[in-house]
Amino acid sequence: MAVTGAVLVLFLIAHMIGNLKIFLGEGDFDHYAHWLRTIGEPALPHRVLLTIVEIVLTVSVVLHIWSAVSLGKRAAHARPVKYQSKKKSHAQGYATHTMRYGGIIVALFIIWHLLDLTFFAVNPLGSDATPYDRVIADFDGSRWYITIWYVLAVLLVGLHLNHGIWSAFQTLGLRSPRSNGALRALAGGVAGVVTLGFIAVPISVTFGWVS
Amino acid sequence: MKLTLRVWRQSGPQDKGKMVEYRLDDISPDASFLEMLDVLNEKLIADGGEPVAFDHDCREGICGMCSLVINGTPHGPEERTTTCQLHMRKFKDGEVIDVEPWRAKAFPVVKDLVVDRSAFDRIIQAGGYITAPTGTAPEAHSTPVPKPDADRAFEAAECIGCGACVAACPNGSASLFLGAKVTHLGLMPQGQPERWDRVVSMLDTHDDEGFGGCTNTGECTVACPKGIPLDVIGSLNRDYLKATAGGKKR
Ligand code: HEM
Ligand code: SF4
Ligand code: FES
Repeated sequence: MAVTGAVLVLFLIAHMIGNLKIFLGEGDFDHYAHWLRTIGEPALPHRVLLTIVEIVLTVSVVLHIWSAVSLGKRAAHARPVKYQSKKKSHAQGYATHTMRYGGIIVALFIIWHLLDLTFFAVNPLGSDATPYDRVIADFDGSRWYITIWYVLAVLLVGLHLNHGIWSAFQTLGLRSPRSNGALRALAGGVAGVVTLGFIAVPISVTFGWVS
Repeated sequence: MKLTLRVWRQSGPQDKGKMVEYRLDDISPDASFLEMLDVLNEKLIADGGEPVAFDHDCREGICGMCSLVINGTPHGPEERTTTCQLHMRKFKDGEVIDVEPWRAKAFPVVKDLVVDRSAFDRIIQAGGYITAPTGTAPEAHSTPVPKPDADRAFEAAECIGCGACVAACPNGSASLFLGAKVTHLGLMPQGQPERWDRVVSMLDTHDDEGFGGCTNTGECTVACPKGIPLDVIGSLNRDYLKATAGGKKR
């Protein structure tokens, strides 16, 4: 959970920063997309680094979901008879309780997102366009529901990170009585920045703030 | 006070069990929760019924025998309080109160509200001890312990082994109990010789007993009558990783 989660968090930060390049204009954004495929050339063959990153991410996502499912199964085995009274929760709040269902929705979102901007199957322009044009067409004002779907999914990712990052430190034994406040702040901070950074792009395109 | 109780009745481990409703009319707000159940039992016995079985011993909040999930919360609504130290004035007149046993595969119901918590004993047997011969109580200053360590060890040592953490945990994990023991013994000089074996064998026993895996939800620490802090699980994980990945275990 914690190690694969950490890989995904690092990816999310990098991905978010890359997305923000859309505000620098069409040339910069498309150049960045091209650069991702040519990093390390000519030392590395075309698209090697990107492929390695994709493999690491796929393995991380699969292992992350696998750990979540095995923890869920263990939990079901550990309490075969449920409480009759509605069991009250007293701790920590919303983010903690949305880890499992929120995680599933995020997984569905990732599938949609890949079909949209990686494989172009559900993108209005498809494969005969530049990355920049695909994003602009995707979040066009007339497709407001796509923007809402992206924003909701990213908000869920933010919640997931808010609990997950803090939780990962505890899992890795890096939480001590003294460091707790700092870890909470770090988790909240990263979650907040990542959420806002991701949301900025679809919202800005929909409202026509990107030129 | 007038009360309606809905109590889990189960004649034995094989019985399916169900909630049974009882009405009580004249309960003093100064009665403890267990005294209220005593009144119910006297009434049941007088009517020729079977009294409700529940666990208790010291009734002063130190032994860890009393249990009971009251309205969905282990040890009831008052924080940092065992069921035996909970008083009826914390409830409203006319309230409906659900009373259930701890629910965990590792804590099978023996009868009614009594569960078998010997899984905890087996976890303790797996490493919750020190092997140094202590003899009679030594002079307290002969083994100096830094004050912050002593305080944290003492805080962890307050665990009374009641199992409320398991009852509260949505994953049915006993990590808070485990963390309390590992933190307590791991900070003491006397606990060092077995430190790395202890954490591994206690955790392995925990998993073999059928407790669930921790996802750091924090429900345990809120339910704990002794307020064992959640960060003992951080210490537990740190010692476990040092012992296994760090190669400290012999
Ligand atoms: C793809 C679907 C996903 C599912 C089903 C899922 C599920 C879960 C679950 C069940 C947990 C443990 C819950 C808990 O600690 O209470 C968790 C933890 C975590 N998740 Fe996810 N998650 C998903 C995606 C992601 C993504 C996209 C990221 C990061 C970008 C992420 C980062 C984390 C982190 C850092 C943790 C904390 C690990 C720990 O506590 O040791 N997850 N996830
Ligand atoms: S950690 Fe708290 S709730 Fe868990 S067994 Fe110890 S005293 Fe009871
Ligand atoms: S009966 Fe001893 S702690 Fe409640």
